[in-house]
Amino acid sequence: MAEKEIDQISGIETTGHEWDGIKELNNPLPRWWLWTFYATVIWAVGYCIAYPAIPLITSATSGFLGYSSRAEVAKEITEAKAAQAGMLEKISASSLEDIRKDPELLAFAVRGGLSAYKVNCVQCHGSGAAGGGGYPNLNDDDWLWGGSLEDIHTTLKHGIRFQWDEDTRTSEMPAFGRDELLDTAQINDVSDYVLKLANLEHDQAGAERGAQIYQENCAVCHGEKGEGDREQGAPNLNDAIWFYGNTKPEIARQIHTPRHGVMPGWQNRLDEATIKQLTVYVHSLGGGE
Amino acid sequence: MAPLGKLALYGLGVIIALLAAAKAHDSLFAIHAWIFAIAGTIGIVVTAKRFKFAGDAPVDDTAYFDSVIQAGAIATLFWGIAGFLVGVIIALQLAYPELNFNLEFISFGRLRPLHTSAVIFAFGGNALLCTSFYVVQRTCRTRLALGNSAWFVFWGYQLFIVLAATGYLLGVTQSKEYAEPEWYVDLWLTIVWVVYLLVFLGTLLKRKEPHIYVANWFYLAFIVTIAMLHVVNGLSMPVSLLGSKSYPIFAGVQDALTQWWYGHNAVGFFLTSGFLGMMYYFMPKQAERPVYSYRLSIVHFWSLIFLYIWAGPHHLHYTALPDWAQTLGMVFSIMLWMPSWGGMINGLMTLSGAWDKLRTDPVIRMMVLAIAFYGMSTFEGPMMSIKAVNSLSHYTDWTIGHVHSGALGWVGMISFGAIYYLVPKLWGRDGLYSLRLINWHFWLATLGIVVYAAVMWVSGIMQGLMWREFDDQGFLVYSFAESVAAMHPFYVIRAFGGILYLAGALVMAWNIYQTIKGRKRAETPMGVPVAAAS
Repeated sequence: MAEKEIDQISGIETTGHEWDGIKELNNPLPRWWLWTFYATVIWAVGYCIAYPAIPLITSATSGFLGYSSRAEVAKEITEAKAAQAGMLEKISASSLEDIRKDPELLAFAVRGGLSAYKVNCVQCHGSGAAGGGGYPNLNDDDWLWGGSLEDIHTTLKHGIRFQWDEDTRTSEMPAFGRDELLDTAQINDVSDYVLKLANLEHDQAGAERGAQIYQENCAVCHGEKGEGDREQGAPNLNDAIWFYGNTKPEIARQIHTPRHGVMPGWQNRLDEATIKQLTVYVHSLGGGE
Repeated sequence: MAPLGKLALYGLGVIIALLAAAKAHDSLFAIHAWIFAIAGTIGIVVTAKRFKFAGDAPVDDTAYFDSVIQAGAIATLFWGIAGFLVGVIIALQLAYPELNFNLEFISFGRLRPLHTSAVIFAFGGNALLCTSFYVVQRTCRTRLALGNSAWFVFWGYQLFIVLAATGYLLGVTQSKEYAEPEWYVDLWLTIVWVVYLLVFLGTLLKRKEPHIYVANWFYLAFIVTIAMLHVVNGLSMPVSLLGSKSYPIFAGVQDALTQWWYGHNAVGFFLTSGFLGMMYYFMPKQAERPVYSYRLSIVHFWSLIFLYIWAGPHHLHYTALPDWAQTLGMVFSIMLWMPSWGGMINGLMTLSGAWDKLRTDPVIRMMVLAIAFYGMSTFEGPMMSIKAVNSLSHYTDWTIGHVHSGALGWVGMISFGAIYYLVPKLWGRDGLYSLRLINWHFWLATLGIVVYAAVMWVSGIMQGLMWREFDDQGFLVYSFAESVAAMHPFYVIRAFGGILYLAGALVMAWNIYQTIKGRKRAETPMGVPVAAAS
């Protein structure tokens, strides 16, 4: 064991221990360190008196402030509800049309609808509600199933081709190619005719041959001039808005084996007030009727 | 142990492993049984090749047992680089999810525990193993106890790492953070760890110094407490002794509390206590100065280990955990502040009288930065345990930033410093290949950490604020997806920070390789201006 000695540089005595050349100075505990440590201990004791801290046999001390995190949450929820001051109840009690006419309710519903939209709808319709890739754009006035408040509300509530809701909107375009209702040449011709309806570039002769096929097979749903039918969700074919593309191969593919979009019905997942807010929000995006 | 007995043990192990592989209930268990069998076979081959009919030459009991420490230093570097690399990959996966490639084996969910375990247990664990073996021998002036058992600890631990790592990729997990390996890997680690404890204790018992040096108190606290934490948190019931699935014996909030009692003390005793042991030896050695205060080392040691063990509940603020437990977790975390800082003071003040070395010795520079990050994260930690702060910071990237300023800054830098100190000594070189390359490593790593921690603060706080933002009508302003989208630029910068840190480690590997080869780089000494020297 080494002797105690005075360290030349610091002038402090060593402890007299030495390990592999390492010695130790006999400095006292830094005062600021010690007092800060004491302060944290005193603070901890005080905190434990003020808040629930010490476990007993079947419960714990509750602290003289009577704090509980559950009560705190309940309080915050109550405050949040109070801040909305019965607005949700008013929405529940009002018709969609009344909500639309009351500026205060309308502003509230649009804001609440946006909030719900961001969580539940963006996955398909996009954060700007512009749709794409087979999902409808909600900003325009081209509606498959109608753009009135009532129509949007029904769509939101029951969904489209949503198998778990009996009242869901549903329709099915036949698979003309796959089920051999039309042959390939006929599908090509009717595709040309559809292009013609939409004022797009097309083969003149094909479109002439396709006109007859269209009237026999397609017009009953899509209308004689391709104007569509909202009763059965048949898309308008003579406008500039296309779900699955407006080139001839894309149109032919859809006639051959149609894709059918599905939208969930929300009545079992969102409450009526939220669905109403979503309705009003979507209606307000630009295309509401 | 006699070679024949060893061969018999290996043989028995291989037979059991092969039987387990043949009878396994699931393919994952079979794969792990095969890994055990392969490890045992390697053991048989190596033992047989070294077998001498004349018997082994007697071991020189007066010499230190350093071969295992050499292996440990190399393993530390190897696993460190592996862990940092996986870290960079998952950072990029967060920024660019396409990098998951729709393969479950390399999805973020599996690579993330691979990264955390590789850095904490493989890199940090090997650094602690090899430095503790080095320090305990030097400060006790005696060879490691129990013959060659240190080699068993080393290879046994590497086998544990391989089992854990392959388990992550294959999807074997008991779903406990930092304790993912399943029951049979846990049992294996327990065996290895107990032998580690016995080697360390045995060496302390046969010491030739009257007192036990402070570094060894910290190492011992680390070894003992990790054993306790690992065993209690790992208590589980296997579905079958031939299957890879088990269920923990605790359920619900008890399970969560046990898990975070473990999880937080993995930080406390693995990443703090163990590395403080490292600091207490290598800092005074490298600075060639006495430890600042013996008294402080005693007081902060006992207060640290007493207070740390209670702090775990702060990971469960505002959950189903009863309020009283949350309170205790928080106040113990606050009281932990000064005991943690005791180590920082003792480390930094040990430099008093040798501050000029910061100019000339990049290893000292690294250690000082490590201690500075230690001080910063042990202040940040208690602050984040305050419930009001936690309600903002919890579940956000702030936590990730906090962990990394501790892991990259403290654990990484102090380990690098120790390895830089050790390698020339272990291989008998009269210095490192290049001090200037250490300086490069220092700056790459420092920049990496600063970039990493800074962007995680910004993004974490932004995330927390976005989640809680209400508008005047009482509706949430942002959806969760919007907060994720807002993180993207920060995730990209974070990955860049990680790449810098990884680059520093690669520079180190090159430097260490050249040092072991016995080379010396021709360069201007540190602290001398280039112009003046030329």
